[in-house]
Amino acid sequence: MAERFTKSMARNIYLGGSTFFILLFLILTFDTQSRALPERDNRDQLTEQVVNGKHVWENNNCVGCHSLMGEGAYFAPELANVFDRRGAGNSDVFKAYMNAWMNAMPTNAPGRRQMPQFNLTDQEIEDLASFLEWTSKIDDNGWPPNIEG
Amino acid sequence: MKYESQRVAMPYFIFALILFAGQIVFGLILGLQYVVGDFLFPEIPFNVARMVHTNLLIVWLLFGFMGATYYLVPEEAQTELYSPLLARILFWVFAVAGTLTILGYLFVDYATLADITMNKLWPTMGREFLEQPTITKMGLALVFIGFLFNILMTALKGRKTVVNIILITGLIGLTVLWMFSFYNPENLTTDKYYWWFVIHLWVEGVWELIMGAILAFVLIKITGVDREVIEKWLYVIIAMALITGIIGTGHHFFWIGPSEYWLWLGSVFGALEPIPFFMMVLFAFTMINRRKRNHPNKAATLWAMGTAVMAFLGAGVWGFLHTLAPINYYTHGSQITAAHGHMAFYGAYVMIVLTIISYAMPIMRGRPYGNSNEAQVVEMWGFWLMTISMVFITLFLTGAGILQIWLQRMPESGEALSFMVTQDKIAVFYWARLIAGCFFSGGLVVYFCSFFIKGQASFDDEVRGPARQDA
Repeated sequence: MAERFTKSMARNIYLGGSTFFILLFLILTFDTQSRALPERDNRDQLTEQVVNGKHVWENNNCVGCHSLMGEGAYFAPELANVFDRRGAGNSDVFKAYMNAWMNAMPTNAPGRRQMPQFNLTDQEIEDLASFLEWTSKIDDNGWPPNIEG
Repeated sequence: MKYESQRVAMPYFIFALILFAGQIVFGLILGLQYVVGDFLFPEIPFNVARMVHTNLLIVWLLFGFMGATYYLVPEEAQTELYSPLLARILFWVFAVAGTLTILGYLFVDYATLADITMNKLWPTMGREFLEQPTITKMGLALVFIGFLFNILMTALKGRKTVVNIILITGLIGLTVLWMFSFYNPENLTTDKYYWWFVIHLWVEGVWELIMGAILAFVLIKITGVDREVIEKWLYVIIAMALITGIIGTGHHFFWIGPSEYWLWLGSVFGALEPIPFFMMVLFAFTMINRRKRNHPNKAATLWAMGTAVMAFLGAGVWGFLHTLAPINYYTHGSQITAAHGHMAFYGAYVMIVLTIISYAMPIMRGRPYGNSNEAQVVEMWGFWLMTISMVFITLFLTGAGILQIWLQRMPESGEALSFMVTQDKIAVFYWARLIAGCFFSGGLVVYFCSFFIKGQASFDDEVRGPARQDA
């Protein structure tokens, strides 16, 4: 680098640049959290059952195989829109589907990917279904592109 | 080695490499499960193997960063480490806690693990990469804080170099951002938003400071280029890393709930994120071209160039491929993400740790000019085998990703293939990836073998320019 560009100039770009962008990031975070998310994450429907369902989701490490809103592992199907895909957007249909599905695992089909049997209670499965239904209604800018996730 | 206390880095490096081997074993298991779905089921289901694979990676890189810090901070500060005893105690605390956690994943059902570690009291488990029980997360926080204390006390009593200041800034950032792993709100969108404060702001933020500082240290040592020049480069590189990377977090906010303006911010700043990595390539090659000496440790020089190039390809180019929102709409959560993740972590963070190990380990073993030529040749074989294999792993996963997007994401609902049908259609890419993974493992074995070859390079191996006492 040219001699005119000194080390202290480089340091000032680092200190000034990073301070500015940290502050900007904090402001944008404040705006997103306080103004945008309440409009978009349908938090008025965040019931106790949905919260319980989130704990079922976490305690069984579901994200170790599935993705949720595109994040997680890519070994098993996306589940942010599974309410629409398998429940056709109907709570009762979806809950019945989830109960049948969870109890049928594993399929033990030779050579196929297997989902473990998690031994969830009927209540836990219903909570999980509520969590996935709630998740499907977050405004996520129209992702995924189609029903297959 | 100038200071006796630098030697505490040794167990950190050795343990890091052992965990690296474990990570690769589980990588092979996962690769096989992708094509033989019921392999090791139900003993080791995919989610367990994946958790072990990714957590081992994170833990061994942290061991590597800590070893690097214990090695280079005293040398830069020109003083002994504040407390070698604390460093040794924290090594054992971290090693035992890490090992117990991994054994817990493998031998205890995850829901039971959550239960017995009382996750209910403070739920933080079950999120990608942050699967550790809350008690392990607390242990990690304590290890970070004790480590930082030791390093700060060392740096403050000695010479304050730019390398030390930037390395320590990165380590403070690492510790502070880790605290977000304890915040797990009930609202999934908020949970995900702050989850990225750990994940993104680590790997595309403060870890780049750590990487830059380690690279600068090694370049000062092996090229003999004036410190002033190297420090100026370092400042500009990390300035660009933070200027692009902080708002670049936005490229993770596209599809998880936050405002639409992140589509623009994430795309623009995400697209700029390759700049610091490109500058690292220029940095490494320019410094090596302008070298004032030919350091006899050629393997370390190779790693230093390799990490810059592979970080640029993996984090820079493969990141750029899918950072623009209109593209990411189709690629998000596909095998493209997996391709990028593999090469970025290998290029930027695995290779920088192997760079400092390649430089520092021979010195700690009483070989100030590096290993014997024979050992270096074997090490370089390990370098090329692992690196080329990783290029192929990335290319095959990219192929799998493109086909996956074509079949599953691009068509309209009703015409698109389902996830599982698509997986069957792209299985050939997974087989190819698995073969590349086997070559990678072979490369790792070759790399390990290089440590067992006796002999050392000598003063006379320095072809041009004088070798200094501190080699």
